[in-house]
Amino acid sequence: MNPQTILVYDGTFDGFLCCVFTVYDQKITDPIIRKRSQTNNQLFTITEDIITKKQQAIRVWNGFKKKTTSNEQRGFFKAFLSEIKGVENTLLNYMKSIFIKTSRNAIDFSNKDILKISQVARMVEREKHRMEAFVRFQLIKDSLYVSTVAPDFNVLPLIIHHFKDRYADQKWLIFDTTRKYGIYYDLNSVEIVTFDNVSEIDPKTIKGHYCNQEIDFQKLWTTYYNNVNIKARKNTKLHVQHLPKRYWKYLTEKM
Amino acid sequence: MKSLERSKIKFNAQQPNMLFDRIREKLSILADAAKYDVSCASSGGKRANTNKGLGNNTGMGICHSYTEDGRCVSLLKILLTNHCIYDCAYCVTRKSNDIKRAAFKIQEVVDLTINFYRRNYIEGLFLSSGIFKNADYTMERLINVAKKLRLEENFNGYIHLKSIPGTSDELMREAGLYADRLSVNIEIPTVSGLKLLAPDKKHEDFIKPMEKVKNEIIQYNTERKIIKSTPRYAPAGQSTQMIIGATGESDRDIMYSATYYYKKFNMRRVYYSGYVPVLTDNRLPSLGTEVPMLRENRLYQTDWLLRFYGFSVNEILNDTHKNLDLDIDPKLSWALRNLNLFPIDINTANKLMLARVPGIGMQSVYKILEARKFRNLDWSHLKAIGIALNRAQYFITCNSKDFHKKELSASSLKNILLKNSNSKYTKHFNQQLSLFS
Repeated sequence: MNPQTILVYDGTFDGFLCCVFTVYDQKITDPIIRKRSQTNNQLFTITEDIITKKQQAIRVWNGFKKKTTSNEQRGFFKAFLSEIKGVENTLLNYMKSIFIKTSRNAIDFSNKDILKISQVARMVEREKHRMEAFVRFQLIKDSLYVSTVAPDFNVLPLIIHHFKDRYADQKWLIFDTTRKYGIYYDLNSVEIVTFDNVSEIDPKTIKGHYCNQEIDFQKLWTTYYNNVNIKARKNTKLHVQHLPKRYWKYLTEKM
Repeated sequence: MKSLERSKIKFNAQQPNMLFDRIREKLSILADAAKYDVSCASSGGKRANTNKGLGNNTGMGICHSYTEDGRCVSLLKILLTNHCIYDCAYCVTRKSNDIKRAAFKIQEVVDLTINFYRRNYIEGLFLSSGIFKNADYTMERLINVAKKLRLEENFNGYIHLKSIPGTSDELMREAGLYADRLSVNIEIPTVSGLKLLAPDKKHEDFIKPMEKVKNEIIQYNTERKIIKSTPRYAPAGQSTQMIIGATGESDRDIMYSATYYYKKFNMRRVYYSGYVPVLTDNRLPSLGTEVPMLRENRLYQTDWLLRFYGFSVNEILNDTHKNLDLDIDPKLSWALRNLNLFPIDINTANKLMLARVPGIGMQSVYKILEARKFRNLDWSHLKAIGIALNRAQYFITCNSKDFHKKELSASSLKNILLKNSNSKYTKHFNQQLSLFS
């Protein structure tokens, strides 16, 4: 029996596509693809480090694009961003089944990989939508609107577009405290930013930099929130279902 | 940035603290009075962010928060004022009710909207009002708020304005140019009910603005086919709302008038609002009566069946079946009355028939249609796709010899289904049963 090959990549989407390239290039059967940051504890395996090459990634992606709709491409990328352990292998199987098929139409939802990817993509989409809803900007000095979040999946790349289109005339920063990076809009373009010292972006520091009216508007919002509630219809189960408790920590009205 | 600084200066200039407290008080009064309007949709209209202004509307709504009653908060929903010349029995702000009254200045509403929007609290503004002086006077002020937001603040977020019954056609025409959605609440589903509870209001006054909005939308859309740059008139269309359980109307009355409004005025939505007893009035259910939430839920389910599942209203509600069952959903109830149409074969049935199977939603219908092009589906496929087999299994056959062959009567099937399912409303039935124990 041949030992199983483990392909290790840098965690980027391009890196993952290069793994797919290698699988086809070296005709590897049943590989395991994992991020460099994940530890390996399996015996009898061959580990291969994959170096990200933009050109290989583009080649794979273009091939994939030819056989899929834009919706499926987005779903594929979303599933990748889920960062669920082992999702890379499902994605690889999914890609294989796409490369085999001859026409673009019809999705085989009775194929378990395809179904799984569409389900994971839905989960990520839901989290993206939640971030679009639950981001709460706080206005600090220098007219910058700041928000910190801790999404379940790595969805910041998916929400750039939404916030850039919507808040085109204000500077804003959304920071992912779990993954320790943020997206920053400077009235022209959006950039990925990191902080050397993470305490620069913790809630206390932000509070210290509030502009004059910030607290007032937060109070107004909380007043509004409390007054639109109809007490006779109280329904805690539904409330928590829509607004899971793990998000409360960054909702102004729930603090 | 310009607009932001301007509003900042305004707040600073006039003793910020005093002003702030007053605004806070007004906000609490006028939000409280507006909350019985259930519509919170921010979807359906598309508006791009032009010239690097503020906000956009992608056509897909976002619920930014949820209140403790589980309702979505997506708009700043307030009244401009709760002073009112009318005395409608079902309304908190009715003239004879002894409550605190307040009124916002136009600029105050604009500032609140902009500052909330910039912090990603809301999708936009839902502005309604009590009627002071007369309909036109009130409507003009509502329009001014929208106009200011659009023209001075370059605001492209969602604006929902209430059309005040009895407003002149000219004003209604102007309103639609700034608002995404316009709505008139008919509130009472029957004309006789309206006479009883809102004697000062005429049924025609509600219909007139609806008719106007419908015609304007049609006209603007035709013009746009010729001249592309024609502005959009109320791109998110119009909606209306009915109070449930205030006048003893049947579900049939409600759904037939809903269907009428959908057809006649191209309504995007009809909302059903369970009556919350807030006043003592011998024409109304007494204080302490429970809000008919389950009934409201069943009405919404019926509404969905009519709009998305291809049902027509007389299949669900008719002379022999005037009210919806509370213990089972309307689709299951329909299926039990039409057992002769079942079981159907998942692998051959058409889309319309698939949509009629209890336990299969439109998402699953789509997946089944796609998946069966590749192979005949069996139970495991259906389970993975995510249909509710606990209900669906009695109504379908698939690529398997294993299915329910036994002919069951409607009532015994209903019993089996109820026994095997957990409704979030179970407690309601338990209460009803305990009456007899």
